[in-house]
Amino acid sequence: MKHAIFRSLTLLPWLALAAGCAVAPDVTPPKSAMSIELRGTGDLGLVIERETGSVQIINTTQQKTLAAIQGLGDLSHASVVFSRDERYAYVFGRDGGLTKVDLLTQTIDKRIIQGGNSIGGAISQDGSIIAVSNYEPGGVKLFDSQTLEQIADIPAEYAPGKFSKTVGLVDAPGHRFVFSLYDGGEIWLVDASNRSDIKTTRYQNVGLQPYDALMSPDGRYYVAGLFGEDGMARLDLWHPESGVTRILQDYGKGEAKMPVYKMPHLEGWAIAGNQAFFPAVGRNEVLVMDMNTWQLTGKIPVHGQPVFVMAQPDNRHVWVNFALPHNDTVQVIDTESHQIVRQLTPGKGVLHMEFTPRGEQVWLSVRDENQLQVYDTLSGKLLKQLPAQAPSGIFFSARAHETGL
Amino acid sequence: MSGLHLFDSTTAFFVNRLASMKIIFGVLISLLFLSVFAYADAPEDTRQKEIQHLIRHDCGSCHGLTRKGGLGPDLLPERLQTIAADALFATIKFGRPGTPMPPWQDFFTDDEIHWIVEQLQEGRE
Repeated sequence: MKHAIFRSLTLLPWLALAAGCAVAPDVTPPKSAMSIELRGTGDLGLVIERETGSVQIINTTQQKTLAAIQGLGDLSHASVVFSRDERYAYVFGRDGGLTKVDLLTQTIDKRIIQGGNSIGGAISQDGSIIAVSNYEPGGVKLFDSQTLEQIADIPAEYAPGKFSKTVGLVDAPGHRFVFSLYDGGEIWLVDASNRSDIKTTRYQNVGLQPYDALMSPDGRYYVAGLFGEDGMARLDLWHPESGVTRILQDYGKGEAKMPVYKMPHLEGWAIAGNQAFFPAVGRNEVLVMDMNTWQLTGKIPVHGQPVFVMAQPDNRHVWVNFALPHNDTVQVIDTESHQIVRQLTPGKGVLHMEFTPRGEQVWLSVRDENQLQVYDTLSGKLLKQLPAQAPSGIFFSARAHETGL
Repeated sequence: MSGLHLFDSTTAFFVNRLASMKIIFGVLISLLFLSVFAYADAPEDTRQKEIQHLIRHDCGSCHGLTRKGGLGPDLLPERLQTIAADALFATIKFGRPGTPMPPWQDFFTDDEIHWIVEQLQEGRE
């Protein structure tokens, strides 16, 4: 009894507060403003929970989960881009779902199913157009970023009646998008500066099975990795008229490749000074290339087949995760000495790494441990573990201002 | 307490029944496949879970978590039942040169691969 009275007494101030709101409508802000804390979104991010079709909104300052949002469909291999005001996240799901998540109200603002099997997307330079790349039906579709209404459909028909899976879709300066045709061996450049007259330029025979691509941070070079042969395909967007050039063609000639248990990703190609660091396909190596000469200058032996090779924002170190069966490990490479200066074993299934905008923290998703882990990049110390259901991609809102991400 | 006991023994009864039904079913299935290849022992329970996890996530990274396809083709029973079990066995074991499909023989025994083929063709989770 005494206990019950005590409990009701502790409730009193809250009741009073609530009543105060109710009886004085003239001075109280609207209910929605009362329940939502005023805040910016620059230190927020989204974490994909691939098995449950949900995302977490996380805060990197407080290092905590703010909300979990359900109902985003099949999120195996999902990716995210952000609106230029960093309020909205656009989530591209495997099932063709395109979901616009409001980071402030922590709700789904809009959701459409735009294709059968999609792989990723991009947002235009001015933030007005969302592009989605689809495996099925093979091609790219453009949507208005506010309404998610379709603007254009660009089927990747590389031969009569033959449609290619599209990969490596990125935005480029000049309201352009670039993507590659996995089955067609082509690179397509889309000019979306005039919505009613979308122009596509095709570059054919760029190489066998482009599997992913990346944009240099300044948005000048689009480079597609080739799975079917050695080398890469490069398009210089300052000189699109010059066509696609093959680079690193002699790399790996005559060397036996190991089987690839997870396709490497080229997103966030680590460029430090004149050097670019990127994953070798089918080899336990991180490759180093001189960005002036486009020649291979080094091969760094690593723990397994690299999946992501990501530069810290200060470019001092490059972080690498690995394919099965080495996906429990992360290695840190010094970009000056090319030595491995740190090795972490966060647990089985390290799928992704994301740095805070200035790089003092790195967040790792550890799928089989159902965990997010936050590390201090200077000391390598584990700062925080957060529960997450089979987490995969981690995407921070600062991506809103990066070309090609 | 006695109620709890009753519950336990009832559960145990059903588990036993289920287990024996499973064995009968397993024997029937293996008889069915006997003409194609030697009887494949189903992996132990914990190993089954490991393999199912691997199918879901690691096969899933190319073929989709729900097996509807991705960079690799779908792994749905409607399609896989049109392909001979031993062809699927060879694809898993040795991979498919010229495509990104790698050989999985370092990860699974032959018996386990036979079991995986069964799981996929039957569309079991």
